[in-house]
Amino acid sequence: MSVMYSSITKKIWMSLMGLFLMTFLVVHLGINLLLLFDPTRELFNVVAHFMGTNPIIQIFQWVLFAGFAIHIVLGITLQIQNWIARPKGYKVKASSEDSFFSKYMIHTGVIIMVFLGIHFANFFFKAKIFHSIPEFILNGVNTGMEDMGILVMELFQLPEYVVGYIIALLILGFHLDHAFQSAFQSLGLNHKKYTPFIKGLGHIYSIVITLGYIIIPLFIYFTK
Amino acid sequence: MDLKLKIWRQTGPDAEGKFIHYPVHNISKDASFLEMMDILNEELVANGEEPVAFDHDCREGICGMCSLYINGHPHGPDDSITTCQLHMRKFKDGETIVIEPWRAKPFPIIKDLMVDRSAFDLIIQAGGYVSINTGGVPDANAIPIKKENADLAMDAAACIGCGACVAACKNASAMLFVSAKVSQFALLPQGKVEAKRRVEKMVAIMDDLGFGNCTNTYACEAECPKDISVANIARMNREFFVAKIS
Repeated sequence: MSVMYSSITKKIWMSLMGLFLMTFLVVHLGINLLLLFDPTRELFNVVAHFMGTNPIIQIFQWVLFAGFAIHIVLGITLQIQNWIARPKGYKVKASSEDSFFSKYMIHTGVIIMVFLGIHFANFFFKAKIFHSIPEFILNGVNTGMEDMGILVMELFQLPEYVVGYIIALLILGFHLDHAFQSAFQSLGLNHKKYTPFIKGLGHIYSIVITLGYIIIPLFIYFTK
Repeated sequence: MDLKLKIWRQTGPDAEGKFIHYPVHNISKDASFLEMMDILNEELVANGEEPVAFDHDCREGICGMCSLYINGHPHGPDDSITTCQLHMRKFKDGETIVIEPWRAKPFPIIKDLMVDRSAFDLIIQAGGYVSINTGGVPDANAIPIKKENADLAMDAAACIGCGACVAACKNASAMLFVSAKVSQFALLPQGKVEAKRRVEKMVAIMDDLGFGNCTNTYACEAECPKDISVANIARMNREFFVAKIS
């Protein structure tokens, strides 16, 4: 299906979905950071409960899934077409000056996709399909909410999970570093005055997002 | 200078190719790269061997005929020049130089280092022109044009269609070439009349020919002998988007 559309149409959709997913990362990080400021996990669980039950968010989560699906399908389609466009490669590896992470978007993208699968299995499926999350008991009172916070805390006690999570987030950071400015370029938003600013903002965004997510497992692992 | 050349040899479009090693001796550092290739070919002919086929014409960097992927760079290691403008002083004595043809599905190899770049002609035929079917030559100063736009259009028009952008791109994308050709018209009032039809047709034929998709690596801009900016690619994306929704 996606093969039918022109290269630029695919790139425009790719960048729109990418920018949408980037806004989602900010919201998700904001919620995760609540775990750092509230040892009772109440703040985090209240927000997680809201996100899991609010009817508007429930509809919107399907928009988010569609965003992921479109971004992934288009990314793979574009890459396959790119491989076909050069059936025989060069003997000497290209050493042109270029955007470094841009060369590895499919590789970082596939790793992020696998991480997303694991992330879903650990949290989303447990909450939405298997309903296997313990209830949140605060000061001896059953709040009627699921204790998503304890799930995070338990996983971040496991050193192998913490290491895997940090590696996945670093790779996400590399992906975002190119993705941010690339999205603007694909949408035709290039300007001699603003493009350097967008590139700088992209670096800051990817560093803040990566460090923001990484600090949480490190904090939990070393303080519990 | 003494050099070790490693050159891709292929007798025809469907033949199996391979790298052949050729030592060359006593090359002047002031010789151009193509003169060095001429010296090699003269030796090969004198020995009764088939000379290496490579494209060239004006040898002054304006025709866009020369190509060659030299040590991992289209048009060699120097910036903002074509292969014919490259000089041997850019290499070290005793260096091994690997010379390959442009590699892209829409640029099939004709022989050795020569590739068929008529795919670019087909893209131009699809819309890279302004249709003026009747009347005399209009006065060049009759239509006011902003100096900035005139400069940008002139910069885009500097593209010689050599294909280095396709050769450099990891995806063999032709976006820099096509965007330069779209931009040089889109920026000027005479080109605006057919802008929508032009960008749609040129992008469609570019895709049909099997060029890859742009992933904004910007290797094309780094290797372009005429310093065509990737800002042209963004302009073409804008032009295409506006054309599709209007």
